[in-house]
Amino acid sequence: MTGRVEGKVAFITGAARGQGRSHAVRLAQEGADIIAVDLCDQVDSVPYQMATPEDLADTVKQVEVLDRRIVATKADVRDYGALKKALDDGVAQLGRLDIVSANAGIASFGRAEELPEQTWQDMIDTNLTGVWHAAKAAIPHLIAGGRGGSIVLTSSAAGLKAYANAAHYVSAKHGVVGLMRTLALELAPHMIRVNSLHPTQVDTDMVMNEFTFKLFSPDTENPTIEDFRPASQAMNALPIPWVEPVDISNALLFLASDEARYITGVTLPVDAGTVIK
Amino acid sequence: MTGRVEGKVAFVTGAARGQGRSHAVRLAQEGADIIAVDLAGQVASVPYPMATPEDLDQTVKEVEALDRRIVARQADVRDYAALKSALDEGVTQLGRLDIVCSNAGIASFGPADELDETTWRDMIDINLTGMWHTCKAAIPHLVEGGRGGSIVITSSDAGLKGFPNLAHYVSAKHGVVGLMRTLALELAPHMIRVNSLHPTSVNTDMIQNAPTYELFAPDLAEKDRTKERLTERFQTMNALPIPWVEPVDISNAVLFLASDEARYITGVPLPVDAGFMVK
Repeated sequence: MTGRVEGKVAFITGAARGQGRSHAVRLAQEGADIIAVDLCDQVDSVPYQMATPEDLADTVKQVEVLDRRIVATKADVRDYGALKKALDDGVAQLGRLDIVSANAGIASFGRAEELPEQTWQDMIDTNLTGVWHAAKAAIPHLIAGGRGGSIVLTSSAAGLKAYANAAHYVSAKHGVVGLMRTLALELAPHMIRVNSLHPTQVDTDMVMNEFTFKLFSPDTENPTIEDFRPASQAMNALPIPWVEPVDISNALLFLASDEARYITGVTLPVDAGTVIK
Repeated sequence: MTGRVEGKVAFVTGAARGQGRSHAVRLAQEGADIIAVDLAGQVASVPYPMATPEDLDQTVKEVEALDRRIVARQADVRDYAALKSALDEGVTQLGRLDIVCSNAGIASFGPADELDETTWRDMIDINLTGMWHTCKAAIPHLVEGGRGGSIVITSSDAGLKGFPNLAHYVSAKHGVVGLMRTLALELAPHMIRVNSLHPTSVNTDMIQNAPTYELFAPDLAEKDRTKERLTERFQTMNALPIPWVEPVDISNAVLFLASDEARYITGVPLPVDAGFMVK
């Protein structure tokens, strides 16, 4: 059976680990080649350990083992020139571009009036401007291809509702929804579709760390995953604490595939019902 | 390769033709058995010809040609007892229930102040109460199965925004969004997911008919209301440069939501609308 994105090429930001790696692997399983970028470095305002060059190398291995090609580059979504160059190189090597997963993102926490300037700025630069950069770099390739395309922006449940202690994150993720809707209109004449995904907590390093655990259990001295589990589950309607990266990847796959050929401008929660709860 | 809903059983209302038939066939292609119901008759306030028993027979043939089982019954979604009896019989024969496509619906037109009582009532009874009946009949089977499940309610772009001359349709289609959100909360403890689909115009007999053409092109003389001219009219509503979507596009969204790939997606109104809502 032919893969659901057979012969297509997908550009994925934040591909070194977590959701981005899962997207690369899932799309490769269904026949796509991958252009992967990741900062592979730390952002000072981010409290948890971010991805490393070794993580990105591991993504490369996992895609290659599926007999798909991957061009992986260390690049910062805040640096448009570097991001564009990484993508252009990838398209030159793999010959086309069809799918964009603007996935790279960070998390940090603090009350709005206490967020340091740099923490706010890093968040907006990465989680909003970085998403625009990914789309901006990709759009000329998609249009030149003349075959339409699918851009999927990773927002969050925080792109549809507010959460305390995350004004910068909520602002950036809401901003991505506005970007998605505008891009959907601008690119519709080219049959390029643009949609956003809105996960609840996902089982990745961005969430599974002492800083998130403390945010969810502020009154516990050294909270662990076992403290986090019920607190996280209480936010979802379905009786599960979090979703797995592959659940986001499966939604991405659907939106990227021709089965969703007429779906555009849509905010798609993959959130165990947290938005309606 | 195993089908994406292999071994599951799906209940589809309005299955005689159009989107409902397409859902039955698409789910069967991916390994599901089908319990199909349709009124297969006319509702007096509906201005176009509705499905027939022959249409329902054709759905049966198309599913059986895929080597899947189908239990098809004529039943009216307004008649809870009849609908429940058809579903219960299907579950008895096919052994389980996993997926519900609450799809049966009608269209009719008129300004809100001119809609007659029967036109309003038929619409609400079928496009809103019929959806509740479908879910009500299905929920005990899903809960009893203990394997979770997926309910997909067919709403419309008219479930998310208003349209002139469709007060009853818009009210019913908005109503099912409220129903979907409430059911999603009530059924979440059982891992039963509930979502709604919001198509733009779909290329079925429900829109390809003279009364619908008149609604979209009242300025044109009847002889000028050709499919070509109407194609342009329909296209102006969408962001993507297409006039309408095909039934299979809705079916592919049903399939995704019904499959385990969407195991944690619930409470979501999902447009399949060529960008109509963002335009």
